[in-house]
Amino acid sequence: MSTHISTDAPQTGLANPELANVEVSGLTRSSFILRGAMAAGAVYGLGAVTPFVSQALAETGGGDVEILNFALTLEYLESDFYNVKGKEIGLKGQAKSYASMFGEQEADHVEAITTTIKSLGGKPVAKPTFVIPASSQSSFLALASVLENTGVSAYNGAAPSIQSKQVLAAAGSIVQIEARHAAAINLLLSKSPTPSGGFDVPLTKAQVLTKVKPLIKA
Amino acid sequence: MSSPTSEGSAPQTAGIVERLVRDDVDRKRFLKMAGGAGAASFGAFVLAACGSSTKTASTAAAPAAATSTASASATGDVAILNYALTLEYLEREFYAKVVASGLFKGKVGSLIKEFGSQEATHVEALKGAVSKMGGTPAANPNGKFPITSATQVAGLAYTVENLGASAYLGQAGNIQSPEVLATALAIHSVEARHASTLGTLVKKSLTPDGAFAKPADMSMVLAAIKPFLA
Repeated sequence: MSTHISTDAPQTGLANPELANVEVSGLTRSSFILRGAMAAGAVYGLGAVTPFVSQALAETGGGDVEILNFALTLEYLESDFYNVKGKEIGLKGQAKSYASMFGEQEADHVEAITTTIKSLGGKPVAKPTFVIPASSQSSFLALASVLENTGVSAYNGAAPSIQSKQVLAAAGSIVQIEARHAAAINLLLSKSPTPSGGFDVPLTKAQVLTKVKPLIKA
Repeated sequence: MSSPTSEGSAPQTAGIVERLVRDDVDRKRFLKMAGGAGAASFGAFVLAACGSSTKTASTAAAPAAATSTASASATGDVAILNYALTLEYLEREFYAKVVASGLFKGKVGSLIKEFGSQEATHVEALKGAVSKMGGTPAANPNGKFPITSATQVAGLAYTVENLGASAYLGQAGNIQSPEVLATALAIHSVEARHASTLGTLVKKSLTPDGAFAKPADMSMVLAAIKPFLA
């Protein structure tokens, strides 16, 4: 996706058992690209995903709208995760208040990105259907940590490819919130709030796709 | 700020930094701007950070407000990097003094120590980036920080980290080089993680700006750090 972002991000941690049974359905251009990339990645490994995605993006125009639609898909997922799954589970205490606050903010992100895509003359992708395999507060929080930290890396990885200053500012404004969520969730799990140390590791789109692969229902 | 401006740093950058720190007009200009761009919580934060009693209007901010404060003062990536470096020097020194104070023990103590060492890695990375771009890294300003109690220090750290995060955000759109932008972003989200962590400690909002973090203009940030320059 980008030639100027570090692509030597550690490959460790890409496999997330928490994501194993999450499913996504709903045919959109983005999810089509996601699924195609997933399939390529599954069969040929990560190295094969990048050219596939580049090709897919080349075919669909790419650019800021494509990046925003990718972000929108992640925000849809986060929003449903907190607002639907979080309510289903019956969270308690701090987890409950975080899920309520973060869920509201993720929904705001969905709305803002949708508006931005439209203002650029693009078409926002439809919301896929997610099936999230969290059945307890602890599995919910573990998945929350993965989603939020992946979200940070996804934005940080995509941002240098953004052309419009306004879109970049919006992405920066959102990624900072994802980072704040990620740190809080990690603390709640007694994990480091800064799991990558002094520098958050960017992920290329292909790497993010690999991470969320199990979320995609073929 | 006089020592970094007198030697070591690119003269033009230093001049701008010095002028902005001293120029109260810029600060007022920022407060006016913040009035338009800031939500209520941000306005309160700005007042706290700037130590000003000036009232800012608290208009609800659209996400697009994030785009409105591109600094007219930023002249190129080296200048932006040196500006960030100046902030990181101060953060590093602040944490070093906090650690030395022994006010924090146990889990919180190790987090504080961890954050301090991360600020130190930011200093090194930014110095390296400036040099790589052919610039001269800004000199280390001497800081002075009130360190009286754990509560006061944690509150100050929360303010400082939020300021740092908004400072990086305020420059993102001004950065030309994708590599420099990637570096700034990698640091930006870590400052946000620090701010959020400190928010949990001081029982303040983890997301003081709500769902969309607000950027801070260079002149506002320099005015806000002025009290911490020896």
